[in-house]
Amino acid sequence: MKKRVPAVDGWLNIDPAHPRLIGTKCSACGSIFFPREAVRCRNPRCGSPNLEATELSARGTLWSYTGAEYQPPEPYVPRTNPFQPFAIAAVELAAEKMVVLGQVDGVGVKDLKIGMEMELTLDTLLEDDETETITWKWKPVSGGSHS
Amino acid sequence: MVDQVAILGVGMHPWGKWGKNFVEYGVKAAEDALKDAGVAWTDIQYVAGGDTIRNGYPGYVAGATFAQALGWNGAQISSSYGACASGTQAIEAARVRILAGLCDVALVVGSDTTPKGFLAPNKGTRGDDPDWLRFRVLGATNTTYFGLYARRRMSLYGATSEDFAQVKVKNARHGLTNVNARYRKEVNAEEVLSSAMVADPLRLLDICATSDGGAAMVLCSMEFARRFTTNPVTIAGISAVTPTYPSTVIEMPNFSTDSAAAVAMPARPFRDSIAYAAYEQAGIAPEEVNVAEVYDLSTALELDWYENIGLCPTGDAVKLLRDGDTTIGGRVPVNPSGGLACFGEAVPAQAIAQVCELTWQLRGQAGARQVEGAKVGITANQGLFGHGSSVIVKR
Ligand SMILES: [Zn+2]
Repeated sequence: MKKRVPAVDGWLNIDPAHPRLIGTKCSACGSIFFPREAVRCRNPRCGSPNLEATELSARGTLWSYTGAEYQPPEPYVPRTNPFQPFAIAAVELAAEKMVVLGQVDGVGVKDLKIGMEMELTLDTLLEDDETETITWKWKPVSGGSHS
Repeated sequence: MVDQVAILGVGMHPWGKWGKNFVEYGVKAAEDALKDAGVAWTDIQYVAGGDTIRNGYPGYVAGATFAQALGWNGAQISSSYGACASGTQAIEAARVRILAGLCDVALVVGSDTTPKGFLAPNKGTRGDDPDWLRFRVLGATNTTYFGLYARRRMSLYGATSEDFAQVKVKNARHGLTNVNARYRKEVNAEEVLSSAMVADPLRLLDICATSDGGAAMVLCSMEFARRFTTNPVTIAGISAVTPTYPSTVIEMPNFSTDSAAAVAMPARPFRDSIAYAAYEQAGIAPEEVNVAEVYDLSTALELDWYENIGLCPTGDAVKLLRDGDTTIGGRVPVNPSGGLACFGEAVPAQAIAQVCELTWQLRGQAGARQVEGAKVGITANQGLFGHGSSVIVKR
């Protein structure tokens, strides 16, 4: 069994039963940050150093989307040869009132529509003999097959 | 309203893929701007360079690099970086110096030699750099962000791929006779719509290329300008604002927006606030604008700018385009130079080039692409990591 590690340390919970993005929440004003903010709350009228880890909502609505039809340049590492186009989603989280990007799991741009409900999933970003690097993706809640 | 500074001279090295050292383009543009102004290089008291980060150390210290190439003259110098807004940062450095009374006449120069293909982050592994991580983790190029905005405009305001193509058609026509433009060829909508899909819904011809090029300006105090002209083009306002927290529109190179959970969204989203600050400073209203040069990194993004700079209410950009208002001969022509569609982006030179074009327009020297009677112009642009960029000129 390979060692599973998150794509970026501290950014996500890679428990398959509980996939979540991890941000930070300011104890003073309640502002939420993703990626995690550890030094100072970025609300300019707050600036508190008290930031605690918080899991973001695993569901949201599709704010917009696009496709990567050509292989992005380094440091992107393609998973397939030849390169397979993929979709990228911007998903709006209601409670956090923020939009978070992610690659789209399983379906392409033709299966997406702004306003549809999306949920967080996990997928492999990179793999070598010892380690599997896990990233987050967005996937339509209804429809779309899991890859 | 703030005091004005005069644009005494402007000059450019034609955009292209020339493969030469960036310094050569900057020097040519500077020579042309000095000649246009009628000012000797040895009389320049301040040099403001716009940095290029893709040409090694000389690019990071562009002000000194250009000053050395022109021949050390003992001027004070600065070098500015603000990504795509670098040129505006350099213009602002010179303008502020003049307004402070610390110099009478300054030279602003930006030039670039760019690599082929997608703009990629600097080499090396940097796990705490969002610009590196977005490529690594998301595979998100610059065009990804343009694609997100374009799709959103289609969904919210009914824009179509045909509309986006018409922006390219318009700009290609505008730039046909512009000797500084790289692409001088008519493009029809069918060619745009059949070009390769890059970042759905944007196709190859919807997206601007990267180019080599150089642009320069001689700026001076109003008093200094009186020795040369009674009616100079002047800078009435410059905006180089950051966003206001929380910035709730996804911006390159970020993974997310700010959260509006604890603090309400500001009165104006970032891109609206850029032009607003310039208008406030200039004491000019959007209705007074006769001509605009906006950053059409993509065709769809040009439409966004129409609304961001107040040429029409939010959602009406497509109507403005379809009505021909933004075509030369229309109510408020946008990108008469041909825009990035005809130039391709030469990062540190581009924001300066926008002002060069408006200067020619306001002087009535724009030839076949002249916007008749233009008295007020605005540029708009944005550099990644929160660099607003807008310059208002008038005559
Ligand atoms: Zn706070």
